[in-house]
Amino acid sequence: MAQLNREEEWAALMQAAIGGDAAAYRRLLESLSHSLRAATRRGFAQFGAAMNDVEDVVQETLLAIHLKRHTWDQNQPLGPWVRAIARHKLIDALRRRGRRIEVPIESVLDFLPAEEQRSDLDRQDAERLIKELNGRQQTIVRSISVEGKSIRDVAENLGMNEGAVRVALHRGLKALAAIHRRGDEE
Amino acid sequence: MKTDDLITALAADAQSVSMPIGRALALAVAGGAVGAAILFAIMLGMRPDVATAVTSLRFLFKFVVTLSLLASALGLVWNLARPGAIPVGWLLALAGVPALLAIGSVAEMLTVPPADWGQRLTGHNSFMCLILIPTLSAIPFAALLLALRQGAPSHPMLTGAVAGLVAAGIGATLYASHCPDDSPFFVATWYVIASAFMAMLGAAIGEHFLRW
Repeated sequence: MAQLNREEEWAALMQAAIGGDAAAYRRLLESLSHSLRAATRRGFAQFGAAMNDVEDVVQETLLAIHLKRHTWDQNQPLGPWVRAIARHKLIDALRRRGRRIEVPIESVLDFLPAEEQRSDLDRQDAERLIKELNGRQQTIVRSISVEGKSIRDVAENLGMNEGAVRVALHRGLKALAAIHRRGDEE
Repeated sequence: MKTDDLITALAADAQSVSMPIGRALALAVAGGAVGAAILFAIMLGMRPDVATAVTSLRFLFKFVVTLSLLASALGLVWNLARPGAIPVGWLLALAGVPALLAIGSVAEMLTVPPADWGQRLTGHNSFMCLILIPTLSAIPFAALLLALRQGAPSHPMLTGAVAGLVAAGIGATLYASHCPDDSPFFVATWYVIASAFMAMLGAAIGEHFLRW
């Protein structure tokens, strides 16, 4: 029951987010990140992968949810859509780490656990990912994420208009997702 | 970057939401079909005896086959563009197309003397069929793959293959009104080879191009 209520809440938050409500979106992503972290840990444990880059997979999954949110059909529940994305990214991540996925991975992602699992590892590697962005994208993504500045402040500091900052931020996030994915082929 | 910092950046990008994938696919298929129809009108056009051909069951059966292919492949790709399990119902619908061809071929065997079977199968221009169906498919194929890249297919290779079949469905429907060969034997051979080629091309491209 709790699972169902939570998924209904997620769907409502995602609907608001797609309408442009950044506060609702933040609440959704925070809630999702806790569940994704717990699910990813279980997936890594099942396949004996080292736990130190669970956070990498959580971030890659959050980026995928963000960049693909227009593929969620608003008439459908959000939970199965999130689980399908999480499964896709978890399988990718495990393959990248040389695990052969033979047993069905469904079991670890049957539901996204409600337990709160806070991030306890801040990987040095994540910093490396930002450093791979080009100059302006790197400045903008870093200012908004790590330094927590508003788009307006960043625009003022860089002498750009807000629209241009928004475009650069979006492109930067897309580039981050591509950098994550490139790890697959290495 | 901490995950909380990433979330801050994603929330700041809340307004960037793209066109819903369903609309992107619909635009790609509609635009691709119009493009293919224009190419068809310039290059080929309908066969001269089309007014009498429409009274022939064999001629009409070609469209039953190509439109079934188009409809079932569209339903499948519509679902495959979103993350999740393979939609089995649509896969079965697609499997209905070869079943239709088998039924048509049996009917042809029962009504045509065996001595004529060979000629019915080779037809007038099987080679043109193999060239022209993929040619007419090219525009919808490219448009659909570009739209699918905005999607999140859990099965990129299969999705690419089905995109090839959607395009082949459009190309074959147009070509069927030009082609003078109406025997189910002809359709079950040459149309199928041309469509299978598009599916294989789609699978090969999709495996890489549709990853996300």
